[in-house]
Amino acid sequence: MATWLRRILILALIALAIVAPLGQGNYIIYVMTSWLIFSIAAMGLNLTLGYAGQISLAQASFMAIGAYTTALLTLSGWHWLAAMPLGVLACFVVGFGLGYPALRVKGHFLAFITLAFNTLVFLVLRNEEWLTGGTYGLVGIPRPDLGLFSTMRSLPFYYFTLTVTIVAALAMWGIVRSPWGRAFKALRENPIRAESLGVDTRRITLLAFAIGSMYGGLAGALIASLVQFIEPGSFGLAHSLRILLMVAVGGAGYFFGPFVGAGVVILLPEILRFAEGYYLIIYAVLVIVMLIFVPSGMIGIWGRIRDRFFVRPVARADLQQGAQLK
Amino acid sequence: MSQFLQILLSGLATGSIYALVAIGFALVWQAAQTINFAQGEFVMLPAFLVLVGLNYFDLPLWGALLFGLGMSILILGAAFKKLVVEPILPHGGITLVIATIALGILIRESVKEFYSAEGQPYPSVLPSDPINIFGAVVSLQDILNLVLSLGIVVLLTLFLNRTRTGRCMQATAQNPAVAEILGVDVKRMVLYTFLINAALAALASFLITPVYLAKFSNGETLGLIAFIAAIVGGFNQIRGALVGGLLIGVLDNLVATYITAEYRAALPLILLILIILVRPQGILGTPEGRAV
Repeated sequence: MATWLRRILILALIALAIVAPLGQGNYIIYVMTSWLIFSIAAMGLNLTLGYAGQISLAQASFMAIGAYTTALLTLSGWHWLAAMPLGVLACFVVGFGLGYPALRVKGHFLAFITLAFNTLVFLVLRNEEWLTGGTYGLVGIPRPDLGLFSTMRSLPFYYFTLTVTIVAALAMWGIVRSPWGRAFKALRENPIRAESLGVDTRRITLLAFAIGSMYGGLAGALIASLVQFIEPGSFGLAHSLRILLMVAVGGAGYFFGPFVGAGVVILLPEILRFAEGYYLIIYAVLVIVMLIFVPSGMIGIWGRIRDRFFVRPVARADLQQGAQLK
Repeated sequence: MSQFLQILLSGLATGSIYALVAIGFALVWQAAQTINFAQGEFVMLPAFLVLVGLNYFDLPLWGALLFGLGMSILILGAAFKKLVVEPILPHGGITLVIATIALGILIRESVKEFYSAEGQPYPSVLPSDPINIFGAVVSLQDILNLVLSLGIVVLLTLFLNRTRTGRCMQATAQNPAVAEILGVDVKRMVLYTFLINAALAALASFLITPVYLAKFSNGETLGLIAFIAAIVGGFNQIRGALVGGLLIGVLDNLVATYITAEYRAALPLILLILIILVRPQGILGTPEGRAV
């Protein structure tokens, strides 16, 4: 797609995001805000999964780390803008420490480590009552007050979240376009070639995971302020899987995939409300069917349509992915 | 001392059941490079199939067990391979992993919606009278669980090492291309592996469910423990998965009794990190050539 067309489209989407909640009820604004927040979390996981090709099953735990750090600090009088970076930093450190052993070896070890880590975080949140309030959670987390612009009401908080999301997306854009980001892509396209060209695959993957975890922490800091109440149950394994499926459904490795995926996962329960408890069953079937026919996700569907109608010459298609030599 | 022996024996009993799940997991990994994140749900479902046989078709217990085993092999073995693994595997390992995660959600939620969200009492196949071994009071069920699972492992090992089909399966796992050249029906061997995995999961399900209740969420912990048993023991060895399973069963019991009951679920994580740092190929595993 032409660059100018892409820019106009992005600006139009942002304008739509600004206009859409005007005049809507509180519930719709709440749903839209949580869409933005989960987009941030999914964006981080997309870096790990889509660009670096590693599965993390602990994105909800990183949201928990971000949420609890922010909540505890803001409850003790810190400003959100001061508390949030600490939560995000904590996620980076934990992600680095977790990824270091897991990424020493080839294979899907990160998936298992993060799977176990998710259980551990849940246990700590539930058992360490003196700090986290145990199963009762933390109540009455204040929303950030930015002087003239108080976000206590839902509409200002939505705009605050939108601003944070745009900043986070720009930062991600920068990361993906930087030499680091190109190394991530090289890694995804062909790890063997990337390594032979001098890309330190292990360090790059580790960084991708740690940065992806930071985005989880940022999403957690926002969700603590949105819901104003956090408890361990909101950060269980089911939520990590939910975020992972957001990335897969939207299209792993595509910049806008997480936004689409989070939109689908957040909005689908509203659309499938008639299905009640069967919602997750329908959803799981849809995901499996989609992975069979369009493994690259919703964005991939668009790519398929485009390739069908705007055929472009491909020079030496056999060079892609090293021609799948094994 | 008698308490220690008691903990050790009951740990070995649960561990041997974990080992069954871990072995199936490792077999499928070797034969089809498939990491099955729904493995825990594969252990949860057969118990409910037995309950369906008992309560809806009024089968006797042995009939219900056979029904459960047959249906598991059909659904979790054949259908899983044909409908999920075969179409998705060409898209890459990560896509398949995500698909098995979705499959796990599908199985879990289906059981919850179509059967019950409550824990169901599950009939025990084995007597659970307490017996006394050197002063340790152990339930007969535990001992029989241990004996039965070890028996199944021995039979499986004999099958894999002594029969023609078993050796063909091993050849397929080691090098599918060469096996095919030598005339092994690779596709059929891979299918057998999936069927065996389903059967092992069903047997583990029948043995472990009486210990707890039959509940839709049983798979979450079981699946994780099975992965970790397979990794700790060594992914490419049946013995490895057996040792891993037993080790986790015993350590889990020891930690819960002597160190902390609240954080017993953290043990797998610690064990996993230790193994990856010290011996990534697993206790009994042999290092595979690095892909890169």
